[in-house]
Amino acid sequence: MTQQQACTMVEHHPIDALLRQDRIPHIWCSGCGLGTSVTAFVNAVKDCGIPLDKISVVSGIGCTGRVAGYMNLDSFHTTHGRALPFATGLHLGNPSLKVIVFSGDGDLISIGGNHFIHTARRNMDITVICVNNFNYGMTGGQGAPTTPLGAKSTTTPYGNIEFPFSIPHLAAASGATYVARWTALDTRRLKNSMQEAIVRKGFSVVEVISPCPTLYGRLNRLGTGLDMMKFYQENTVIKHGADPASVAIGKDSKIIVGKFVDIERPTYLDMMKQGLGARFKIPIPERCVDKTEIPGDDE
Amino acid sequence: METESGVLTGEHFLSGNEACAEGALAAGCRFFAGYPITPSTEVAEHLAERLPQVGGIFIQMEDELASMNAILGAAWAGRKTMSATSGPGFSLMMENLGLGIITETPCVIVNVQRGGPSTGLPTLVGQADMMQAKWGSHGPYEIIALCPSSAQECFDFTVKAFNLSEQYRTPVLVMSDEVVGHMTEKVVIPPADKIEITKRRTPRVPPEKYLPYDPDPDGVPQMALAGQGYKMHITGLTHDKKGYPVITEEAQVALIGRLIDKIRKNRDKIIQYEEEQCEGADVIVCSYGISARISQLAIQNARAEGIKVGVLKLIVVWPFPEKKIDELAGKTKGFVVPEINCGQISLEVERCAHGKAKVILVPHAGGGTHNPDKILEAIRRAAA
Amino acid sequence: MGEPSGSEKPKYWRTPLDLDKLQMPKGKVFLIKERCKGCGFCVEYCPRDVLELSYEFNSKGYHYPVPKNEQACVNCKLCDMLCPEFAIYTVDVNKEKETEVEKVGN
Repeated sequence: MTQQQACTMVEHHPIDALLRQDRIPHIWCSGCGLGTSVTAFVNAVKDCGIPLDKISVVSGIGCTGRVAGYMNLDSFHTTHGRALPFATGLHLGNPSLKVIVFSGDGDLISIGGNHFIHTARRNMDITVICVNNFNYGMTGGQGAPTTPLGAKSTTTPYGNIEFPFSIPHLAAASGATYVARWTALDTRRLKNSMQEAIVRKGFSVVEVISPCPTLYGRLNRLGTGLDMMKFYQENTVIKHGADPASVAIGKDSKIIVGKFVDIERPTYLDMMKQGLGARFKIPIPERCVDKTEIPGDDE
Repeated sequence: METESGVLTGEHFLSGNEACAEGALAAGCRFFAGYPITPSTEVAEHLAERLPQVGGIFIQMEDELASMNAILGAAWAGRKTMSATSGPGFSLMMENLGLGIITETPCVIVNVQRGGPSTGLPTLVGQADMMQAKWGSHGPYEIIALCPSSAQECFDFTVKAFNLSEQYRTPVLVMSDEVVGHMTEKVVIPPADKIEITKRRTPRVPPEKYLPYDPDPDGVPQMALAGQGYKMHITGLTHDKKGYPVITEEAQVALIGRLIDKIRKNRDKIIQYEEEQCEGADVIVCSYGISARISQLAIQNARAEGIKVGVLKLIVVWPFPEKKIDELAGKTKGFVVPEINCGQISLEVERCAHGKAKVILVPHAGGGTHNPDKILEAIRRAAA
Repeated sequence: MGEPSGSEKPKYWRTPLDLDKLQMPKGKVFLIKERCKGCGFCVEYCPRDVLELSYEFNSKGYHYPVPKNEQACVNCKLCDMLCPEFAIYTVDVNKEKETEVEKVGN
């Protein structure tokens, strides 16, 4: 065994100021893509120019739901599936806040599905980061509405027989004005996409495909977190502007990522100003988002 | 007509539901999220019209679950918030009522009760959600619930509900019913400066020293709002004073103990009832909501027959006035509890009477109010 | 001078005109050993092959990354961005003002 060198050992990471340091290390498994998604998110928040006091993070229940607990911002860990209506109330209660919902696929699309489509329909000015690991991780690996056809989970031990949702398709069809999908491996583009989604106006959804090595990966024999990342590397195709209806993910299919939808549509508050603002004085504070340079895509 | 402050001072001819809505506005409510459900829809409709006039926000959410969460979120953004529903919607709100209780979020929920269970009688009266008001959500907790029995009381008790919710940082229920909600009566709304409003308890310390769940001496913590720089963490999991989830027995005992004591230790300040001729009474009619009004004819007739009847009308049903019932039970022959259900508050009266007096329930499955003669019969039996 | 900080000199088939003005960044790797959960993302995806997993464990039993060739690091920060544990980051050693721990936010 040759003598190994060592990295310089330190106690803190540069982004620690944005994390609740008394709760690090976090509970997520080795190889889980959540930590990577949070790093991208923290960097996006740092660079987006919004005063940190004005940012509120709302999450639901599940592994991704724990993100709120690690962010050193106003954070709300609500009940299963109800992050979006809570965020709606927070946003309408004080429109100067920037409200970001960071939750998982089961939380947002299954029990929260109704709220997802309606919040998208209303084009609430809320950013949604949906981390998709294709199962319910926190509770032990049960099937979710995003579990691919034929995949194994603890509640589909003989292979999933249900057709899954494609989150970009659902979001776009419901009226989201920004829909993007990236894998946890593609961190630079993910960070840029998150930053874009946070700064822009309207209902923005960024789906992050993330490895779940302990459950989904193990039950479907996909290997370690690193093996799943290597799979993403080999099987990801970037197609900006792809039709959201065509980007469904199968068990062994290519994963299509990119920015699928980026349109302008009046938000709920714009419509309120338009419809009621002429007759009534409804004080709606300005958005706290500053103009900021958004790095371009480095295709 | 003063609309900027939301207080519609003057004498009005309003339905109970409209009076509830006006009470909310007078108390400072500037956010309503609800879902239409008979017989509470008029609360939402009235607020849809009135909230923009006073600079508030009304939103019809996709279901009652969303409504309950939206009012919690808007409360954390700084507004006084309310939702209104009836039986089926009330059941849907239960889980997130628990979220409001454990996160100590002030808000008001109006339940205009109707016949149940399930879809039941959408347009007809019931009073069968009273136990659900106390025990409906899972887990141990205390709740505050008020019962109006007239349109004027709908106004007054809604204002009181907002004040109690801010004072004790808890969701408060206004348990109205279809008859009270739909009856149209004279409602006198006083000038704004005559209406007592409790302000939210905001933090008195800077962010470095602030702990979201560190209580003041009365057991209620100061409430920071999102966007004020306090960077707090609020969770539905059992938590410590910092708001961080702590999944241990000790944290649960500490947190739940404080949440329950918050209401129980302050019950003398919260409990309210109207007592009439209870001294030396042979029978006491203990009721609430519309049943309290229906009983009036029966009580009148009973007194005409020579029976000494006292009246205990409950204004705050939860926390229940245990000490009062216990005290009265020692001095009277019996209680008569008319209610439009198959026995709910009567069980509480029975429990608190400790066997010292008879408790006669006058039930009604719902769909209409009692025939006063049935109440009179019960009074006679109690007096015997 | 455009001296590349690697053990090998890159071979240019045509020397860039601004080679004397450009300087290849040189990075230094910092690790918070106890946070590492040994996932291997940083080792696998470092484009300069700087890292390898240690033979030793941290107190949780995970093999953490050690540099086998820290000279080759160009501060691309991919390890920092990929690490799920906020356990590793790099700093450009040539930038004098950059301190070990940047104050982020306040």
